[in-house]
Amino acid sequence: MESTITILLPEIVQTAIVGALFLLSVTRPGSDAPLPARKAWLPVAAWVAVAAAAFNLSAQGLLFGQAYQVDGLSQFFKLAVALGFAIAVLNGSAQPTLEPGQRADYFLLLALSALGLMLLASAVELVTIYLALELSSYSLYALIPMRHRDSRAIEAGIKYILFGAAATALSLFGLAYILADQHSSYVAVLAARPWSWAAAPLGVVGLTLFMAGFFYKLALFPFHFWAPDVYDGASNETAAYAATLPKLGAVVVLIRLAAMLTPGVQVTTVLAVLGAASMTFGNLAALTQQDIKRMLGYSSVAHAGYVTVGLVAGSAAGMAAAGFYSLVYVLMNLTCFWVICRLSADGRNLTLSDLDGLHRRAPVLAFVLAVAALALVGLPPTAGFMGKLFLLSAAWDRGYDWLVVVAALNTAVSIYYYLNLIRHAYTVDPAGEAPPSAAPGGAWWGGALAAALLILGAMPAPVYRWAEAAGRQLMPR
Amino acid sequence: MSNWPTLTVLVFFPVAACLVLPAVRGDRAVRVFALAVGMAELVLALPLLSFDLSVAGYQFQEHAAWVPQWGLNYHLGLDGISLLMVLLTVLLLPLCVLCSWSYISRRVKEFHVSLMLMTSACIGVFVALDFVLFYIFWEAMLVPMFLLIAVWGGPERRYASLKFFLYTLAGSTLLLVAMVAFYLAGGTFSIPELSAKSYPYGFQCWTFLAMAFAFAIKVPMFPFHTWLPAAHVEAPTAGSVLLASVLLKMGAYGFLRFCLPLTPAASAAFAPMMIAISIASILYGGFVALGQRDMKKLIAYSSVAHMGFVTLGIFLFSLHGLQGALMVMLNHGITTGGLFMLVGCIYERSHSREIGKNLGLGKYLPAYMGFFGLFALSSLGFPGTNSFVGEALVMIGAFAVNPWVGAAIVPGVMLGAAYMLRLGQKLAWGAPTEAARWRDLNVREWLYFAPLAVLVIYIGLAPGLTLRAMDPTLGRVLAEFRRPGAVAAVTEPAAPIAGTRTAALVPAPAAR
Repeated sequence: MESTITILLPEIVQTAIVGALFLLSVTRPGSDAPLPARKAWLPVAAWVAVAAAAFNLSAQGLLFGQAYQVDGLSQFFKLAVALGFAIAVLNGSAQPTLEPGQRADYFLLLALSALGLMLLASAVELVTIYLALELSSYSLYALIPMRHRDSRAIEAGIKYILFGAAATALSLFGLAYILADQHSSYVAVLAARPWSWAAAPLGVVGLTLFMAGFFYKLALFPFHFWAPDVYDGASNETAAYAATLPKLGAVVVLIRLAAMLTPGVQVTTVLAVLGAASMTFGNLAALTQQDIKRMLGYSSVAHAGYVTVGLVAGSAAGMAAAGFYSLVYVLMNLTCFWVICRLSADGRNLTLSDLDGLHRRAPVLAFVLAVAALALVGLPPTAGFMGKLFLLSAAWDRGYDWLVVVAALNTAVSIYYYLNLIRHAYTVDPAGEAPPSAAPGGAWWGGALAAALLILGAMPAPVYRWAEAAGRQLMPR
Repeated sequence: MSNWPTLTVLVFFPVAACLVLPAVRGDRAVRVFALAVGMAELVLALPLLSFDLSVAGYQFQEHAAWVPQWGLNYHLGLDGISLLMVLLTVLLLPLCVLCSWSYISRRVKEFHVSLMLMTSACIGVFVALDFVLFYIFWEAMLVPMFLLIAVWGGPERRYASLKFFLYTLAGSTLLLVAMVAFYLAGGTFSIPELSAKSYPYGFQCWTFLAMAFAFAIKVPMFPFHTWLPAAHVEAPTAGSVLLASVLLKMGAYGFLRFCLPLTPAASAAFAPMMIAISIASILYGGFVALGQRDMKKLIAYSSVAHMGFVTLGIFLFSLHGLQGALMVMLNHGITTGGLFMLVGCIYERSHSREIGKNLGLGKYLPAYMGFFGLFALSSLGFPGTNSFVGEALVMIGAFAVNPWVGAAIVPGVMLGAAYMLRLGQKLAWGAPTEAARWRDLNVREWLYFAPLAVLVIYIGLAPGLTLRAMDPTLGRVLAEFRRPGAVAAVTEPAAPIAGTRTAALVPAPAAR
């Protein structure tokens, strides 16, 4: 059993974090113990989880009745989840809108959700996938409304849970169809079956419905309606988490499922059409937003579309590109949210005009925001460009060239609203009363995130190597 | 010296200087520091003088694996075309610092950071021999230029900067798609390797159009030019200089580096269209320049006309045409850069770019007017100045290819004389409004006009060295363009864009 323990190291560390937080919230209800600024053990523990995930990057194994696969793909995503969780913990440690005494509960739910995502990365059996998805979702349902005295947060929470419940019900319904048609819930078995409309109509319907649950997590059109409202209503720190990590979970499952699909199959076409619609709709809707979080909400809809470009490629390179892009997506969005959270010292929602003159108030944060915005557009020399280049290169000539062209044109549309962030931060001087000044500190971590985006853009090879290994393992052919 | 990475140093030295700049305190110190960086960059460019003029291939090559999974390489190199462009760019950095010495008074540090990043990106564009590396530098220059216009620009700066950014980015997204398509068709991102391969005709056609769209916006050619006057008028002097002297050249450089060698058959097929658009640019730019009251706008439209000569020369596919195109590229950089500096110089005195408010300078500012006269004569292609060489070569090439094409650009040349002489005449001999109170050029201003003036006369009288530097390379470009079997055999009808199975169409794709 010694090998099992080492294989599951990241999950074990994360479970330990969850357990410690659970004990804390039960034994000392109302205490803010884990995270008053000084004796904060949680960030340290979160970085331990990152180290464990990095240490375990090349672990291999098939556990728990072949329902749980530890491979390159899962380990890559576990590292991404651990990294995102660590940044989210740092980001959320000084939350102005969290009710005093709720800290332990808040971080318990956050850690639990991250654990669910880690399990999702390894799940290769449909029911296991479903359970892991629910674990990460239910924690998030409770997290969204945790914004001190703000009714919009409650509204957002209700929207999220209703939408989520409907989507997961669809998913479960699809699962039943798949079981009925293909008589198996193991991805490995299903991959060997035909997935064309002619051969397995019921299975195709079932698979499409099952994927719907993950489209909802990914905020892919037409399952995106919750995203802007939930980002808007949830506190800045919660939105930072909800906008990033759950996407990882969705992408990893979609990668596993997409490995079953060859280009030209009806389900792939559905995915490609949804992706194109998603990026176009998201970018167009984001153009007119004034609230930054709403804007990022629509931008995440567009980015969900970009990821599908890699998924429909149906090749190892495509899977690797999708994985790499989602890691980059998490990084650049967290960077953007990092700046927002630092700027909104009282925890309110920021509009674009709140950024006016940022270059003078907080030059480092302004630079960090500029880097994040350029990365989100996909401009070199940031990681966003490399991610997009890999996606487009992988999908070209796989029968979805139109999707590549649509994605490229969408970049041109999206530049306007991302550039707005830079414009307000650098070229507009505040009119009238001074906008809120930036909370002190936080510049170092922001700078580190921006540096990561730039370095990953200049030298993507070392990180991409892992993604590539994961993709090749999944699709050796 | 043989292992000294000349090009890498040239590209990254300004970036490195930017990292040091935050430690410099005080506006004056920042300016001096930036000037020192500019001079140091000139010194670092000295090894380029050992460039072998007889070699057609790439020199000073540097090669390193970058992202092996995708075949990306860090590959730099220099041929006759890029040598001239790099030298021009390097020369302009100290001049831009000097001409902004008193023009820019706020956010001085950020201004010089933008200037240096611009220089790095521009040099990078000209020396990159990997398609992705080229694209990275190509896009990297957008943001500093955007900031130069949007922060230090005139009253309409927001509109102008946004228009510049949106136009250029819209063009380059299609370039990205073409780049990806070439990678899958040719199996590499390396520009020299891609140039040696053949592609099916249908594939060539749509990639040519995608690339030409990006480059035509950058040049800019007639229907896509509208961002240029706005950007030029609003940009600060140094921004206008860089825009006119370097940025516009990148479009033309793209045609030379990518369209002709990679898509020769499509280039030939679309040449009539490109020639027509070029002639339209020449005539349209000239006519509109004739009616301008704003000096900067006038020069901006004259740029559209001059760049029309460049694209015309390129699409004549003759040695004279290419020589002329490259000469006009270089000379337009020198002359128009000088003219924009002159406008900025008088703007500091009159606070207006209206021609009507800057009349009668000949009597009170003789040195200023002397330089203006020289650059204006050069701009209209007066014999003995640099621009004459380029325009004459393009005309010779045009008449050789088709007398009608040659005849069509004659009015363009006359228009150039008309708008430039009109401007010069008013500035020199108009009834002075306030000019009596203005002082003539000071030492600093002499310093940045003198090198350009020397180049105007030197290249005008002795273009031999410049031509010798470019001839072998242009010969190579023409050979690549005319090589037999430039069109790969098509085994099935090639459908444009959607559903193209390009790999199947190329007879022998290299191992990926």
